[in-house]
Amino acid sequence: MPTEPPKPLTTPAHGHHVAAQLAIPLSASAPATATAIQARGFSSWYGEFQALKSLDLEIPAQQVTAFIGPSGCGKSTFLRWINRMNDPIPSARAEGTLELQGKDLLAKSVDVVDLRRRVGMVFQKPNPFPKSIYDNVAFGPRLHKHYTRAELDELVERSLRSASIWNEVKDRLRSSALGLSGGQQQRLCIARAIAVGPEVLLMDEPCSALDPKSTLAIEELIETLADRFTIVIVTHNMQQAARVSDQTAFFFEGRLIESGNTESIFTKPKIKQTEDYVTGRFG
Amino acid sequence: MATPRSTASRIFSNRAFLLICLMATNIAMIVLAVLLISIFWQGWGTLSWKFITSFASRKPSEAGILAPLMGSVWVCAICGLVALPLGIGTAIFLEEFAKRTRFTRIIQTNIMNLAGVPSIVYGILGLTAFARMFGAFGTTSEDAMNFGDSESLLFLRIPFGSTVLAGGLTLMLVILPVVIISTQEALRSVPSSLRSGAFALGATRWQTVWAITLPAAIPGIMTGAILSMSRAIGESAPLLVIGGLLLVFNTPQNLMSDFAILPLQIYNWAGRPQDSFHALAASAIIVQLAVLLVFNGFAVFVRQKLQKPLQ
Repeated sequence: MPTEPPKPLTTPAHGHHVAAQLAIPLSASAPATATAIQARGFSSWYGEFQALKSLDLEIPAQQVTAFIGPSGCGKSTFLRWINRMNDPIPSARAEGTLELQGKDLLAKSVDVVDLRRRVGMVFQKPNPFPKSIYDNVAFGPRLHKHYTRAELDELVERSLRSASIWNEVKDRLRSSALGLSGGQQQRLCIARAIAVGPEVLLMDEPCSALDPKSTLAIEELIETLADRFTIVIVTHNMQQAARVSDQTAFFFEGRLIESGNTESIFTKPKIKQTEDYVTGRFG
Repeated sequence: MATPRSTASRIFSNRAFLLICLMATNIAMIVLAVLLISIFWQGWGTLSWKFITSFASRKPSEAGILAPLMGSVWVCAICGLVALPLGIGTAIFLEEFAKRTRFTRIIQTNIMNLAGVPSIVYGILGLTAFARMFGAFGTTSEDAMNFGDSESLLFLRIPFGSTVLAGGLTLMLVILPVVIISTQEALRSVPSSLRSGAFALGATRWQTVWAITLPAAIPGIMTGAILSMSRAIGESAPLLVIGGLLLVFNTPQNLMSDFAILPLQIYNWAGRPQDSFHALAASAIIVQLAVLLVFNGFAVFVRQKLQKPLQ
């Protein structure tokens, strides 16, 4: 396991953030109260189509939050706003506030490149670059800083260890990433995302293209990463949401229907629609 | 009720289609083979080192192709050195940077159309724009402005006149649309998931293009480059307009040299009544094919070299 301490936040942390961070490693069972991402009255459109309708949601830091809901409910759209991946879509626009560590991330002044360094993303289908395993992981760090050979070697190893894939690839770092299995590729993509030192990791159905064994490996990995990162995972798999997440948010037709502690969402949902969905009666 | 299709008729149509495809392939192969065999039959005898290293002559036994060979190499080198960076740059801009607006759509459509313009039209454009420069510097050779020593490699004259530079730039006009379109195709075939992956790591557009998209597109770009360079080396019409000469007794010394080119030399020899000149034409075709092969071989080599890290 990595011996490194968690990456420091780059934004000046307020008092309670620092307190929360210190509290987490001591007791993982006591949930932190610090908010990493906050949406208030957040709506978004693709042209005329309103994909998200006035969302209010707090995503706690250093926890796993799962977005569930049927296809087209807006959960992926919301995820992609958090690192502004909707920007290249000309018809996409948003209203309301969406904050990362208390700072509006939709503001014109936000440097998208810097935002994406702080908010990493793992995609539905593993998308390693057609480069060596080493270069895949080193790609992100090299974009932002100049490293010495030794620093980079160390960073690559640490990232691969964090993504629980080091032992499988340490003897073939120079061979192509495309030679790895689907599950290994996805863990490599996680290592690649970790390597730039983000605060938040967004995962868009990271296991939907994987077999059950690889899925299990990713889920175990998510648990270990939750100590250091704020993780937001979109999933279609209810069992997965129940297994890996601390918080769950249920989306339906662009609205946030219910959100809260995962256990209570799955065992005693307050709203009928949520209950129907998590028990498999529709969706 | 759907009527069932008989297995026999399905097998028959399957075989028939295979046969048609096979015939189409064979006809193309046979025509090519006949062409090659007849050319080698005619031209192999007169092909010699002396033929390659001699200048033109009225006597078939002493005539050679040194001037048109070197002329073609110079013109095509200039053409490639200008057209490839320009075309690839344009394609990267249109495909990776430009917003999809009405303006870029108009540009796109125009490039498509330019690829279909007869090459002789480019010859006329090249003559006006490069050789004569719209008459802006006078019309006689005395009016021309000289820069540098006429013997040196860096000698430049404005307007260019009927020189290798004007010829190369004219050929550049001919192949530029093809280079742009094939590069765009190659860039488009790079999966967008790779771009998203790079953007999500905080890469800028330029970093994404340089480190991810371009390397992944290189094989396709090189294939386009090979095809357009092959076209350039075989073009004769636009250079005929520019004033590619036949009786040149020098190899080009600098950008302002007169030039002959292989296709025009072949055309000239093939049009003469004597059989001995026809043989020379065939020999020159063999040389031209060899040059083409070298060009393409180089491009394939570069492609393999650049592709290696991808596998």
